[in-house]
Amino acid sequence: MAQLPGLIKGLGVTFRTMLKPAVTIPYPHYKETPAPRARGVIALKEENCTVCMLCARSCPDWCIYIEGHKTKAPPRRAGGKPRTVSLLDRFDIDYSLCMYCGICVEVCPFDALFWSPEYEYSEPRIAELLHDKDRLGQWMETVPEPPALEAGAEVKGRGKA
Amino acid sequence: MIAALDIPYWAQTAIKVAVALGLVSGSAFIFAYVFLYKIMSHMQSRLGPMEAGPHGILQLLADGVKFLQKEDLVPERADRFVFAAAPVVVMISTVLLYVVIPASPTLVGADLGAGVFYALAASSLSVIGILMAGWASANKYSLIGGLRAAGQLIAYELPLLLAVVGVVIQAGTLSLSGIVAAQADGEIFGLGAFGQPFVLTQLVGFAIFLVASQAELTQAPFDMPIAESELVAGYMTEYSGFRFLVFYISELATTFAFAALGATLFLGGWWFPGLDTSGGLLSNLVGPAVLFAKIMVVAFVIFWVRFSYPRLREDQLQTFAWKVLIPLSLANIMVTAVLKVAL
Amino acid sequence: MSTVSERQQQAYVAGVAADARINVELETEGMTLNLGPQHPATHGTLRIVVRLEGEQVVEAEPVMGYMHRGYEKLVEVRSYPQINTLVNRIDWLGSFANEVPFILAAERLMDVEAPPRAQWIRTLFFELSRIANLSLFLGDLGVQLGAITPVFYAFRDREHVLNLIESATGGRFHPNFDRIGGLKEDLPRGFVDEARAAMGKLRDFCDELETLLFGNEIFERRTRGIGVIPAEVALGYGLSGANLRASGVDWDLRRDQPSPLAWSEIDWKVWTHPDGDSFARCWVRLQETREATFMVEQLLDGLPSGPIMAKVPRIVKVPTGEAWVSTENPLGEMGYYVVSKGDTGPFRVKIRSASFNNISVLPWVLRGVYVADVITIISSMYFILGDVDR
Repeated sequence: MAQLPGLIKGLGVTFRTMLKPAVTIPYPHYKETPAPRARGVIALKEENCTVCMLCARSCPDWCIYIEGHKTKAPPRRAGGKPRTVSLLDRFDIDYSLCMYCGICVEVCPFDALFWSPEYEYSEPRIAELLHDKDRLGQWMETVPEPPALEAGAEVKGRGKA
Repeated sequence: MIAALDIPYWAQTAIKVAVALGLVSGSAFIFAYVFLYKIMSHMQSRLGPMEAGPHGILQLLADGVKFLQKEDLVPERADRFVFAAAPVVVMISTVLLYVVIPASPTLVGADLGAGVFYALAASSLSVIGILMAGWASANKYSLIGGLRAAGQLIAYELPLLLAVVGVVIQAGTLSLSGIVAAQADGEIFGLGAFGQPFVLTQLVGFAIFLVASQAELTQAPFDMPIAESELVAGYMTEYSGFRFLVFYISELATTFAFAALGATLFLGGWWFPGLDTSGGLLSNLVGPAVLFAKIMVVAFVIFWVRFSYPRLREDQLQTFAWKVLIPLSLANIMVTAVLKVAL
Repeated sequence: MSTVSERQQQAYVAGVAADARINVELETEGMTLNLGPQHPATHGTLRIVVRLEGEQVVEAEPVMGYMHRGYEKLVEVRSYPQINTLVNRIDWLGSFANEVPFILAAERLMDVEAPPRAQWIRTLFFELSRIANLSLFLGDLGVQLGAITPVFYAFRDREHVLNLIESATGGRFHPNFDRIGGLKEDLPRGFVDEARAAMGKLRDFCDELETLLFGNEIFERRTRGIGVIPAEVALGYGLSGANLRASGVDWDLRRDQPSPLAWSEIDWKVWTHPDGDSFARCWVRLQETREATFMVEQLLDGLPSGPIMAKVPRIVKVPTGEAWVSTENPLGEMGYYVVSKGDTGPFRVKIRSASFNNISVLPWVLRGVYVADVITIISSMYFILGDVDR
């Protein structure tokens, strides 16, 4: 019975854990704030988008649907030529397919896509998981500031952080 | 007590039946809530059910309704009568156990002169129910699981019995009320104020009793017959809905009964310093509460061990019973008998 | 001269022979038990067909493929960043560790080296995913053996690691953080302090588990001497990782193979155990988890400053060539053989996963064990079905 202390010590562990408060956070009543970089939902800043289609092409799941048209915008300076701009007709992200990998956000050359930590957008019907242009634009309000970087990181244009 | 009321016999019987069933299921529900929902959760660093009712009290109701609304499946080749009778047999053995436990000088189902003997005999009836369940399920694996459970239960009956024999020798009587009285009237080193709960002199017996009752209840670390369902189906597999609920309630109620037995035999039962063993209003009011508190203490130890330990393999289980517990309990009896005569 | 007729005699003999035949058939048939694809003990959808003779296993055959997702076909039509995302999901518990050998293979083909800060942070996340993976193993081990509380402690303390990974990468389980030439972005402020605190809590968890599970006599009785795999057999079946080290073979790719990651720059120990039984495998993993927490702290202390990404073109086109890189993942040795034909995506990727080889030893080790020990052995071998089937 030399191993008896081991058995008793094990009981001590569970007893001590019982006396400490539980770690559960009762979800609907209390909510944990996710990290600022958490990949919750993708937000679209429409004015930056030039319909280059890079995001749609690089999505591993092909879940971004883009349609656009070209139109002539007034010249930037008086006396100049009218410029061709592309405008978005349709920008849908199908969140039932989305892998939350972030390739589209990373690849966008014009900073039109952003990550937001919002995660409470579950729907009773799968079809409603297709977020259209306006809904994606509404997510922009929830996009946080990028967090400051750790000591030792190199910040572009300003030397070390 | 009910006989004192001036109502016809059938009404008295109906009240008794209702009280018995209410007591059995009520104790099962209390144990389910306190130990399985809350204490287990806090030992696992979580909260347990909180949404249904304040702190999850109504979760019991929800679980009960869930079980009741399930489809009642009986396997095609099963022996219908035996299949239906098995949970009832197990429940009967549980209810029979409640009869002898004294909650106060007068509150006892039947104050049998051979109370201890009767209680242990009644508890072993459940083995029949388990074998019936294993056989009637028409499932090869249920049968094996049932046989293993029966083997385990029979193997651990002996240490249970032998541990209690030490108490009987010291108290000099088989009657449970008599054992409570013996503990109340005893003395520790000449001090009569606290009585002499047999846990002090029969510590080894108490330990053996706890281990053996853990095995009788097929709780971890002795729950291989039930957890057998990892690999092979246990004897309860083919049961669903209400029948399974009966098995489950009787398991929890048996835990209550064994804890009550342990509290009565070793911790002094309903007696508390200052109470009168022969009767009186105070004993009748305070006694049940004291007994309940002691039951919770013993049950806490039983569940505490259940939540903390992994399970023993079947052959290790049997080796432990036959080669360790039985010799130890026999030695305990010898020492008790010698000391009883000598001192 | 007998009173029994010839025909009766023949009938009698035929009857006895028929009985004997039936008995012989029953003797050799045994009972076949299907540890089916849906089973709480098999860490996923593994099917083990076990032939029993009474209580003992005569023959065991693992049937895998229930979780085959066709990785090697999927990656034929995807580019390197897209594959990086998919590859996270092979061993989903130690997810960052899956990305690393793939990225290293691509970097070798491109002849690009990530800056030192990136290599150190890669090692940091590699060890964090080892801790996440192995702490879940320790909890799961308890459940398979009947102890229901350690698994909750495991999930509670794993949260610290997952929160760390989320704060830096955005994803708890699928970080998708490694890039060819470095990492996606740098660590957020406060990461180092949070990580140190988390490592302290994880060491407390390891101590708690050692007391609750490993110090328990019942656990020792259930695991000591069960499923012994001698060193030669382990090497012969291609086991790797903790399974190999628990059989006494002193082999760890982090130390024995030159790698651009920072393992050679920190001070750490390889844990082995001579017994080769289930207890040894579990014990080695516990020590590895603790060792990983010390490694993480050293990495945090010595983190060099500098850029996080080397100069790599925006659209990555990997030159023609073939590269094989394998690393010491939490489950064992994981390797990628990348064949490139100069495109934005590889031509062919062969994924060598650790668990596939780890379960190949099951027919050998499960012979002659009791039915109750099958679960013990399977849970001590520790494989993830996503890793087995890919």
